[in-house]
Amino acid sequence: MSKDEPKFTNSEGGLRAPALPIDLRNVTKTYGKLTALDNVSLEIGAGEFLSLLGPSGSGKTTLLMVIAGFIRPDHGALVVGGRDMVVQPPHKRDLGMVFQNYALFPNMSVAGNVGYPLRLRRVPAREAAERTEKALEMVRLGGYGERSIDALSGGQRQRVALARAIVFEPRILLMDEPLSALDKQLREQMQIEIRRIHDELGITTIYVTHDQREALTMSDRIAVIDHGRFMQVDTPRALYDQPLNRFVASFIGESNFLPATLSSGKPYFGDMPLRMTRPVPEGASHQLMVRPEKLRIVQDGAPEGDFHNRFPATTRQVVFQGDSALVYAILADGSEVSMRLPSRAGSGTALPEPGQSVTLGLHEDDTVLVAE
Amino acid sequence: MAQTAPPSPNPHSAEAFAQGAASEQERPNRDRLKRAALREGVSVSVLSVPALLLVFFGLILPCGWLLLLSFVGADGSLSWENYQRMIDSPSYYRIFVTTFQISLLTTLICVALGYPLAYVITLLPKSLVALALLAVLLPFWTSMLVRTYAWLVILQNNGVINSMLIRNGIIDAPIALVHNFTGTLIGTAHIMLPFLVLPLYNAMRSIDRGLILAAANLGASPTVRFWTVYFPLTLPGLIAGALLVFVLSLGFYITPAILGGGRVIMAAMRIQSSVALYANWGAASAIAAVLLLATIVFLLISLWLSRHVFGSRGR
Repeated sequence: MSKDEPKFTNSEGGLRAPALPIDLRNVTKTYGKLTALDNVSLEIGAGEFLSLLGPSGSGKTTLLMVIAGFIRPDHGALVVGGRDMVVQPPHKRDLGMVFQNYALFPNMSVAGNVGYPLRLRRVPAREAAERTEKALEMVRLGGYGERSIDALSGGQRQRVALARAIVFEPRILLMDEPLSALDKQLREQMQIEIRRIHDELGITTIYVTHDQREALTMSDRIAVIDHGRFMQVDTPRALYDQPLNRFVASFIGESNFLPATLSSGKPYFGDMPLRMTRPVPEGASHQLMVRPEKLRIVQDGAPEGDFHNRFPATTRQVVFQGDSALVYAILADGSEVSMRLPSRAGSGTALPEPGQSVTLGLHEDDTVLVAE
Repeated sequence: MAQTAPPSPNPHSAEAFAQGAASEQERPNRDRLKRAALREGVSVSVLSVPALLLVFFGLILPCGWLLLLSFVGADGSLSWENYQRMIDSPSYYRIFVTTFQISLLTTLICVALGYPLAYVITLLPKSLVALALLAVLLPFWTSMLVRTYAWLVILQNNGVINSMLIRNGIIDAPIALVHNFTGTLIGTAHIMLPFLVLPLYNAMRSIDRGLILAAANLGASPTVRFWTVYFPLTLPGLIAGALLVFVLSLGFYITPAILGGGRVIMAAMRIQSSVALYANWGAASAIAAVLLLATIVFLLISLWLSRHVFGSRGR
C-alpha cells in the first residue's frame, strides 16, 4: 500500500497547472496478424480539443488506451510535456478519463465517486468536499453529492463521470465515446456542455467518437482514423470542404463521387474540363466529390455567375424531408447524384418535377477532387 | 372554437383528443377489468397452495413438534429439565463451542482458499471457465461418505501423505492428521468449498472490468484498487457464500464423525446419540432448538453487519 502509492503535486487552490501538449511518435500495436495501430504519429497542442474519428475497429479506442496506459504499444513514444510516459503505469499518468459506460463505482455515492481521486491524492477532507461540490456544479449537478449512483439517469451519470475526471485538475482529459449511450437530444446538449467545460478549464482533450457530426461540432481538429492509420488530420472545416481521400469524404458528411480524370494535370469529367480553385491531392487515381447541398439548379442560358461547372441531368426522384428536399438526378454519363435543395420560399429554385431535364451548377470553390 | 363547426370526423384530431380527456364519467370496461384482475389474483394464490402446504407440513409442523418435545421431560410431563441439563452439564457447553469453532474455522479456510480461486476463474478464457467450474463441482457429484473415507485413506498414519513424508525423510514419525480437530477441518473445508466459490464467482463475474480501469486512471495503485473498488463489490457474494458455508457446517454430521475419530463432537452428533443410543427425544430436541436459535441470532447479526458496516455508501 505504501510503495506503489502515486505521487502527485496538487495544484494549490485556484492556481491551475498549464495544459500540456501530447506528442505521439511512431506508435504501433499489433494483435497477432491484426495491426490495430500502424506507426501513427500525432502532435496535439496544449489546450487543444482533438477528436479521434473513425468506424468501429479503426484503432481509435486502442490509441486512447495507449495514451491512458491500459494498452502497451509494441513500440512508439508518448511524450507529454517533454516527458516520455509510454512505460508509466496508468495510475501514475495523472490523466482524467471518461469511459464509454461511465464506470462509476456503484459502492460509492455521487460525492464518493467524484471525491475518489482527491482521497487518493490525500487532499484534506474539507478541501476535497469543496472541490467535489465545485466539480459537480460545473457539470450542473450541484447538491447531488449524497445521491446513490443507481438513482441517476444516464445523462446524470455521464455528468458525474465527467466531474470525476476533471475534479483533480488533470492536464489532459480523455473521453471514450462518452455520449454514445444517450439519446439524440441529450447528446447534442452534452456536446455543447463538454465543449464549454473544455474552454473553461483549457484542458488538452482527446475525444474518441464514431459520430462525425459530434466531431464536427466539438473539435478544434479531427484526426480521421481507419485501419490503424490517420487518413487526414485537420480542422472540421477543412475536412469537410477539402477531404484528401475518398474515405474521409464519405465518412464526413454526405457526398457523391463521380468519375474524374487528370489529363496533363487538368481535371476532366468525361470530356468536360472542370474549373477548380483547390489543389489536387496526391494519388494514383481521382474522383470528383460533390456535396449534395453544394449543387444548384441553374437556368439554361443564365449568366454563368459563380457556377462554372455545369452538368446536364434528368431528375429521377424528389424527396421532401422537411427542412430540405433531396433530389436524385441522373447525369449524362448515367451516374446518379443526390442534391439537397432548401425548402424555403424565394430560394430562387422551385422544386423540380421527377423526370424534368435540368442543368446542375457547381461552384469552382466547391469542386473537389479526392484520391481513390 | 368560436365557430359552430360540426364535430370533427377525425377521432385523432386535436379537438377529439381534448374532448376524450375531459369526459371522465365514461369509464368503459371498468368493472370487467376489475373482475379480471381479481380472477388473476385468485389463480396465482391457488397455484402457490401446494408449495405452502409443503412448507407447513414439511417444515413448520415438524419444527413446532420438535420444539414441543424439547419441553417434555423423561416422565412425559411438561418441564424445563432438557434445558436445565444443558446448563448444568459442561459437556454440552463444550459441544456448542466445538460446533461453532469448526464452523467458523471452516468458513475462514474456505474464504482464504475460495477467494483467490474464484478470482482466477474470472480471469480464465471462456472455454476454460466451464472446465474450472466443473472441477469445482465434480466433488459434489460424489457421495459425501466416499469423499470422507477418501480423506481417511489419505490422512491416516500409514496414509498417502504420512508415508510419503517418512519415505523422503522429512519426518520420522507420522503426524496426526486425522481422528482429531485438524482432520475434521480438512474434510469439512473440502466439502464446503464449492458453496463459497459459486456465489463468489457469480459476484465477481458481474463486476465491470472498466471500474478497475477507472480506479487506475484516477490514481489508484493495484492494492488500493482492490480494497476500494473490487473487494467491496465482491462482498455481497462473499457474505452469501460464507453464511452458506457457516450454517451448513453447524449441522455437519458424517465428516466430523468419521474424521474426528470420536474426539471432535459437534451438536449434530450429540443429537444422533441422544436419539439412537438413549432414545431421549426431549434432550435431542432441546439441542436442536438451541442450535437453531443460535444460528438465527448469528444470521441476524451478520445481516445487520453487512447492511450497516460493509454496505455503507460513500465515506
